[in-house]
Amino acid sequence: MSYESLKNDSDIRWSELNSGNIPWIRVSDAMCCGSSLGSEEIVQTIKGFSKKHNISLNIDTVGCHGICYAGTIIDVLLEDKPRMFWGYVTIENVEEIIDSYINKNKIIKKNLLGSLGDQIIKGVPRFSDLPGIQYQNRIALRNSGNIAFNDIHQYIANGGFLGLNKALSSMSSEEVINEVKNSGLRGRGGAAFPTGVKWSFMANSKGKKYILCNCEEGDPGAFNDKGILESDPFTLIEGMIIAGFATNSTNGYVFIRHGHEGPIIRTEEAIKQAYENGLLGENILGSGFSFDIEVSLTGDSYVAGEETALMESIEGKSSRPRSRPPFPAAYGVWGKPSTINNVKSLSYVAEIIRNGSDWFKSTGTESSSGTAIVCLSGDISNPGMYEVEMGLSIGDVIEKLGGGIPNGRKLKMLQTGGPLGGVLGSDSLKVKIDFDEMAKAGAILGSGGIIVVDDRTCAVDLTKSLVAFCQYESCGKCFPCRLGMTHLLEIVEKISKGEGVIEDLALMNKIGKNMQAGSLCGHGQLGYNPISSALKHFQKDFEECMSGDCPTGSCKKRNIVFPINTRPNAWQVKSGQVYQGKIRQVVNDRK
Amino acid sequence: MLKDYKDEYILNIIENQHYTTRTILSSLLAVQDEIGYLPKNSVNVVAEFMKVSTNDVWGVASFYLNFRFDPPGKYNLEICWGPSCHIGGASDLQQTALKKLDLENQGDTKDGKFSLKFNTCLGACPQAPLISVNHKLYGKMNTKKLSKMMDELN
Repeated sequence: MSYESLKNDSDIRWSELNSGNIPWIRVSDAMCCGSSLGSEEIVQTIKGFSKKHNISLNIDTVGCHGICYAGTIIDVLLEDKPRMFWGYVTIENVEEIIDSYINKNKIIKKNLLGSLGDQIIKGVPRFSDLPGIQYQNRIALRNSGNIAFNDIHQYIANGGFLGLNKALSSMSSEEVINEVKNSGLRGRGGAAFPTGVKWSFMANSKGKKYILCNCEEGDPGAFNDKGILESDPFTLIEGMIIAGFATNSTNGYVFIRHGHEGPIIRTEEAIKQAYENGLLGENILGSGFSFDIEVSLTGDSYVAGEETALMESIEGKSSRPRSRPPFPAAYGVWGKPSTINNVKSLSYVAEIIRNGSDWFKSTGTESSSGTAIVCLSGDISNPGMYEVEMGLSIGDVIEKLGGGIPNGRKLKMLQTGGPLGGVLGSDSLKVKIDFDEMAKAGAILGSGGIIVVDDRTCAVDLTKSLVAFCQYESCGKCFPCRLGMTHLLEIVEKISKGEGVIEDLALMNKIGKNMQAGSLCGHGQLGYNPISSALKHFQKDFEECMSGDCPTGSCKKRNIVFPINTRPNAWQVKSGQVYQGKIRQVVNDRK
Repeated sequence: MLKDYKDEYILNIIENQHYTTRTILSSLLAVQDEIGYLPKNSVNVVAEFMKVSTNDVWGVASFYLNFRFDPPGKYNLEICWGPSCHIGGASDLQQTALKKLDLENQGDTKDGKFSLKFNTCLGACPQAPLISVNHKLYGKMNTKKLSKMMDELN
C-alpha cells in the first residue's frame, strides 16, 4: 500500500470521528493518570451507559495530557461543539457527566477542566489556558491524549509516518544522519550524547545490524518512557524505522521491563498494525528498505538499562555490564553492530525529519535543542508529565506547571535524574533545564524525573531511600559497587538511627571514591552521588542526625523496610551456589 | 501444595512462547507467566531446550529478582518504596501490610493467601503512594484504604 492511499484512508476516518456525528469520548488511560486510578472501570461504565440508553458512542482510550494530577481525564466531542474536558473522573461521577452533557445538553461545572476548539462557551474556561497545558511545548508527546494509542489510522491522520515517507522517498541514509546531527538532538537517556553522531558510528559496517530502544526505565520518579509507549507507541516505531534506515540496520528491539503490561501490550499492538499496513517488514512503502521490530522483555534488574547489560539481557543472560571496548557500534547484541537509543530520543526523530533540523534547533537552548519531558512528582500540587522547552528554569516548572508546594510548606530538596542523579537544594530553582546547565549545578537531567521534597523530610532519610535503591539494584559484577553500596547503606542507616560519628563522612567518601574508580558502569561510578550531593547541601542534617536529633523527625517516623538484594555474582554462579535457587535462601538467612 | 508439572507440559509452554527471539530469559519468563513460578524441573527443561547447562539457567533465574521458585500466594500485593512513594508515606503502608500479614520483610504468608513484594518503582509516581494487587495499580493510597482492601481480599 502506498503512503498516499494510507493517508487518504486515515483522513476520512479522522474527519468522521471529528464530525461528532456520533459522540466521541476519549478517556486518559496511561499508568500515570488513568490506569492507576481506575480508568478501565470508567471505560466499562461508559460502555454500559451506551448500552443502557441505546446511544452509539465512539469510545477511545488515549494517552496522558501531562496533567496527571487531574486523572482520570475524559473529554466529549459532540456535533458542532468544542471538545469538553473533565478531570478527577471516577466511576461514581462519570455517568452523570456524560448523561447530562449528551442527553440534556447540560455542562456539569464540577471538575470541568475546560473546552478545546474554536467555539467559546460562556462560563467555560479554555482547556489550553490551564497552566499545565499552556506552558507545555509538545513534540514527542504531540499526539498524546488526542489520538487512540491503538489506532494507526489516527496516528497517520495526524501527520504520522510523513517523516518516514520523506526519508524513504527523497533522502539518503547520510542525509538522514546529517539532518539529525544538525538538529542538535542529544540522547535523552542520561548521557546526552548527540544521537546523529551515535548513528554515524554504525554507517560503515555491513550485514545484520540492530537498533535497540531502551525502555527499561527503572528510575524511580521517571515514567516518561513508559508514558510515550502507553500514549503514542507509533511515534517510537516511526523513529526506530528511520533510525534503521539511517544506519542501514536490519532489526530492532524495544526493550521493556517485564510486568509493565500497559507499555508492552500497546507497543506490540503498534508493531502489529505497522506490519499490517506495510510500514514494517519487507520493502517498506515500496522503497526497497526492510526492517523488523520485536519486543524484548527483561526481568527485575535496574542495571539492565545500562547499554551493554541491556544487550546481555536481550541475549537472555544475566544483565551484567560488559567491559568496553569493544563498543556496541562494533560489537553489540549477538556480536553484531548495535545502536542503543532511549525511547524519548527516538520519539523526536520523526518530527525532525518531517519538519527539518532548523525547526527543531529553533526550540530549546544553544547546547540542548528541543524539549525535555519532565516527570514531576513528590510534594507538589500538580504532579504530571510535562513536555517543556529546554531552557525553562526548574523554578518555573515547579511554580507554573506544578503549582508550587501544597499546604504552604517550603521546598527543601529536589531529586533529579533518577537515584544516581543525587539531590539539589532549594537554591537550585534558577537552574535551567538544559543538559550542560544542570551538569554545572551538579545534577543531571537524566531521564527527566524531578521529585520535589518539602521541609518535612530529613536529607538523611531521603538519602537512605536512594542508597537503599542503589544497593538493592547493584548487579554484583564489580565488587567495589556490590560491597561498597552495602557498606554505604549500613553507614547511612546508622546515621539515620542517631548512632553515626563524624568519621563516617570521611569513610563514606573513601568508599565512594573506590566505587567510582573500580566499577564498570554508571551504577557503581555514580553510586556515591546521592550521598555526596546530599552532604554538599545538607551536611547539617547529617550532623544533627548523628547527635540523635533528626531535624524533621522523618528518620524515626518513616520506618522503611528494604528488600534484600539476593543477586548472585559471577563466581557464585560458576561455583554452583545458585543450584536450585539456594543462593537466595542463604542470603536471606544471613540477614 | 506443590503440584507436579510434567516436562512435556513445560516444554510445550517454552515452544509456544510469544516472542520469536528465544533465550534462557524469555523461556523462564514464559514459564513463570503461565505457572506463576519456576518449578524445579522447568529449569532442566529450559536448559535442554536452550542447549546450556542447568547451572547457567539457575544463574539467570537467581539473578532476576522477579523469578520465584515456589508457588505464589493467591494475591500478589506489591508496595512501591521509590522516593516519591517514600516521601508520600510508603513506609506506613509497608508497616500496615507487614503487621496484617505477620511478616518481617517481603515474602509469602503461611496460609498461601498473600505474596508481599516491595517494588522499587511501579511507574505512576504522580499518584504516589502506590500499590498493586495482581499487577493492577492503585494510586493515592493510605493505610486506611490498604487495610480495607486487604480485608476485602481475605
